[in-house]
Amino acid sequence: MRGTLSDRMGAALLMAPLLLFLVLAYAWPFLGVVKWSVTLPTPGLGQYGALATDPLVQSVFIRTLRIALIVTLVSVAAAYAITVVWVRGSPVQRIVAEFCILVPFWISVLTRAFGWVALLSNRGLINTWLQSIGFISEPLALVRNEFGVIVGMTHFLIPFAVFPLASAMRSLDDRVLLAARGLGSSRMRTFWSVFVPMTRSGIIGSALIVFVFSLGFFVTPAILGGGRSVMIAELIYLRIFQSPDWGLGAAISVVLVLFVGALMALLFRYVRPKQLV
Amino acid sequence: MPTYRPGPVSLILAVLVALFLLLPLLAVIPVSLTPSRMLAMPTGELSLRHYRALIEDPRWIDAILLSIRIGIVSSAISTVLALCFSLGVWMFQPRFTAALVGFVLLPMVVPPVVSAITLYFLLTSISGFSSFFGYDTWLGVAMAHSVMTVPFATVLILVSLSQLDRRIDLAARGLGASVWERATRIIMPNIKFGIVTAALLSFVLSWEEIGVTLFITSVNAITLPRLMWMGLRDNIDPAIAALSVILIIITVLVLAVRSAVARQRGGN
Repeated sequence: MRGTLSDRMGAALLMAPLLLFLVLAYAWPFLGVVKWSVTLPTPGLGQYGALATDPLVQSVFIRTLRIALIVTLVSVAAAYAITVVWVRGSPVQRIVAEFCILVPFWISVLTRAFGWVALLSNRGLINTWLQSIGFISEPLALVRNEFGVIVGMTHFLIPFAVFPLASAMRSLDDRVLLAARGLGSSRMRTFWSVFVPMTRSGIIGSALIVFVFSLGFFVTPAILGGGRSVMIAELIYLRIFQSPDWGLGAAISVVLVLFVGALMALLFRYVRPKQLV
Repeated sequence: MPTYRPGPVSLILAVLVALFLLLPLLAVIPVSLTPSRMLAMPTGELSLRHYRALIEDPRWIDAILLSIRIGIVSSAISTVLALCFSLGVWMFQPRFTAALVGFVLLPMVVPPVVSAITLYFLLTSISGFSSFFGYDTWLGVAMAHSVMTVPFATVLILVSLSQLDRRIDLAARGLGASVWERATRIIMPNIKFGIVTAALLSFVLSWEEIGVTLFITSVNAITLPRLMWMGLRDNIDPAIAALSVILIIITVLVLAVRSAVARQRGGN
């Protein structure tokens, strides 16, 4: 039945609009960006050379990698803690944990970044409270620095880290855990030497997703970093709109895509796509 | 049957994470009630002036209406395109399906900032010969949002198609139904929940889209997130806190209704 002429025509007719749309509105303009990176301001690979030597660009790359690593470690650990309860808790615990994961997940990145501004800024909740009880006299600098960026990004990414972990924990066989306990292993030991190793694919998937997301993160660092803790995505924005150097902005984008592509290839080698959902 | 339940240490850690997740959402409530014109905790009296500002200030109204319009148009575009594409994949199982689906999913996996500069290139190029469809126009934003939301719509529709029993389509086909009849009278009624979910998700993603929107708008097409962004970068406007509280309440209500509906569907 497969492959008759009318079948092929039908498939082509149904699939063509979206494919055409994405070729024209996404693939073609991306090639345009690649073209910018090798033609602006002068033709050649000068912008890629600048990427390798410019100390500002390098410091931004290093800061981005550092922040992404810290955020990945903290997010995956935190997500692990709440996912254990979401997947394995009592019915009431599950509902509460699900609420705490899904409500932030569905709230926009701007609202969540603003929530952290309201908590951490000089006149925010934490500083106001600490000053009113006389614990500090000057407000602590909790935002407009790297600390604020890490806190905000971790908050944004925890729900994304939860989903691969949850699917790994759901597919885990209860009887193995009960056997470990029945053979006299303590709670701690069962957790560290049975439970955690058996969810390894979920941990790898979750860490790679969070890491990839945090490399290209824009909104949260821009708001909570206050321009002082610029990451790659914000540098691209600045090179396009503030001190225009479109060629450099485009070159950084191309490098970012290649890097993320390599990481995704790694992800699919270690984790089957179905395990992520 | 005994099951493996989290112990006290797990529970304490999970509670700490839960507090971390909810705290910033709760923190906007007191800020939204401050009588001050700047971001501050209310001291003493509370005020609803920032909620009033949302209704009275035409900038907020205009931005909300624009975001709704862009959301509806872009959700319609991406749902229709995703539906046709998914029907083609499911009904005909063409060769290279995996590669084609992978291509469609690209805007979802490529870092948003790269999609943003790509769409900026597209819209500034279009601006060269059309003034109402390019950079900083609402139609341009709607098209860019469709690019960003269509992978999500496609995933949802493909997932609901994958749960459909192929034999009902084979039966229709054996009885002589045309491709059009199979699609509209057999397949689509069976995945309507997935189609509606795809349309809703596309709308929500467009409604809160900011990363791409920042690159492709400047003064004319000010969507709601774009207006919030402007209020967050300079002197922080507490009206954003009032708006955030409203958005959070809507989210909680929608999730509560959704989980009630899901439980009912699961119960039947």
